[in-house]
Amino acid sequence: MEHHLPTASERFINGIFPENPTYRLLLGMCPTLAVTNSVQSALTMAAATTFVLLCSNIMISLMRHLLKPHLRILVFTLTIATFVTVADRVLAAYLYEMSKELGPYIPLIIVNCIIISRCEACSSQQSAWVSSADALGVGLGFTLGLVSIATVREILGSGTWLGLTILPRSVWEPWGIMVLPPGAFLTLGVLLALVNFLSTRRKNS
Amino acid sequence: MSEMQEKTEADKHYLRQAWLILFLSVFYGAILVGVQIGLSGRIAENKKQETYSQIPTLVPGAEPTATKEFLVRGSNGKESRVYQARNASGEPMGWVFPGSGAGFADTIEILIGLNADMTRLTGLYVLNQKETPGLGNYITENAFRDQFHGLAAQEKFLAVAGTPVGTNQIKAVTGATISSQSVCDIVNGTVAQYRQAALEKATHP
Repeated sequence: MEHHLPTASERFINGIFPENPTYRLLLGMCPTLAVTNSVQSALTMAAATTFVLLCSNIMISLMRHLLKPHLRILVFTLTIATFVTVADRVLAAYLYEMSKELGPYIPLIIVNCIIISRCEACSSQQSAWVSSADALGVGLGFTLGLVSIATVREILGSGTWLGLTILPRSVWEPWGIMVLPPGAFLTLGVLLALVNFLSTRRKNS
Repeated sequence: MSEMQEKTEADKHYLRQAWLILFLSVFYGAILVGVQIGLSGRIAENKKQETYSQIPTLVPGAEPTATKEFLVRGSNGKESRVYQARNASGEPMGWVFPGSGAGFADTIEILIGLNADMTRLTGLYVLNQKETPGLGNYITENAFRDQFHGLAAQEKFLAVAGTPVGTNQIKAVTGATISSQSVCDIVNGTVAQYRQAALEKATHP
């Protein structure tokens, strides 16, 4: 059965763009909208999510032969919740300010569909090696998604990128709305349209 | 007899189904215990640093480096650290009590600034909260916290939805009456528990 499934490198590449969680699958929209007002919070969220994704994919893959179909979701949730708690505590210990800024969104990684969908689609069927490649690919895809939205929002909304001034106040009056919730919806909508437009054009040519 | 045998058969059946989940609960529990033991000291240190940085705002005129810490036993028997804020020449200016209690989503931790005889509030700061973003998390904003300034510390606080009319009434955050009332209850509870003990410590250190 396993030889019909994608290989490690296919899984890795798939996660980055062909099945990008943000632009292709539209999964994990809650953190995508909520924590992309600065590149720093987007990177922290992406790193925490990738960590949880990697650890749970490996754990689930290692016990994939022991899973009972009707109890698998329970095992997934238990595993994900454990690693989210670890990520939350590590952030509170080493990145205290960031952990306060992200508030409930770190614990909310537990209900991020990206992770449970990878457990279901990949790690409950494939080896730890393939599952790790899958987690890293999807994690990278999610990071690209979050950082691209955060880049637009931070530059237009605060005139900075990762805290560095890009557009000084003398030439640019920051659009306050971009760091507020409406800015998240506007940016996501425009970028999704752009990605769809470019990929349709590429397919046609 | 046959009924009993059936029961043990059924029990075996359940165990066979659930053993992995039972094992994982214990295993993950152990991981989390390890993380908690390893990181709790550092997290507590982060919170303490933040507490010290807030002392001058909570108690006007206080110098953080002159602060004296006391370990006091509250009326319910629980021990807590309280901070006596002093000015640069060492005169007591007021107190900072850390308090915590159940919010709407998770535990809310606050710092309560009090005047020297602990009769009036001089400030309020939210140290940690995971209330609903966009609603309950507004308890961290000045507009909500500033309402407590100058109010009688030992009288019951009440969060009201409309315009406050009575004494010690606080205008609740719109859509977050529970979060608002939780903060009120934590202030009342903390002052009631530790005021007497702190007074005794201050007079007979």
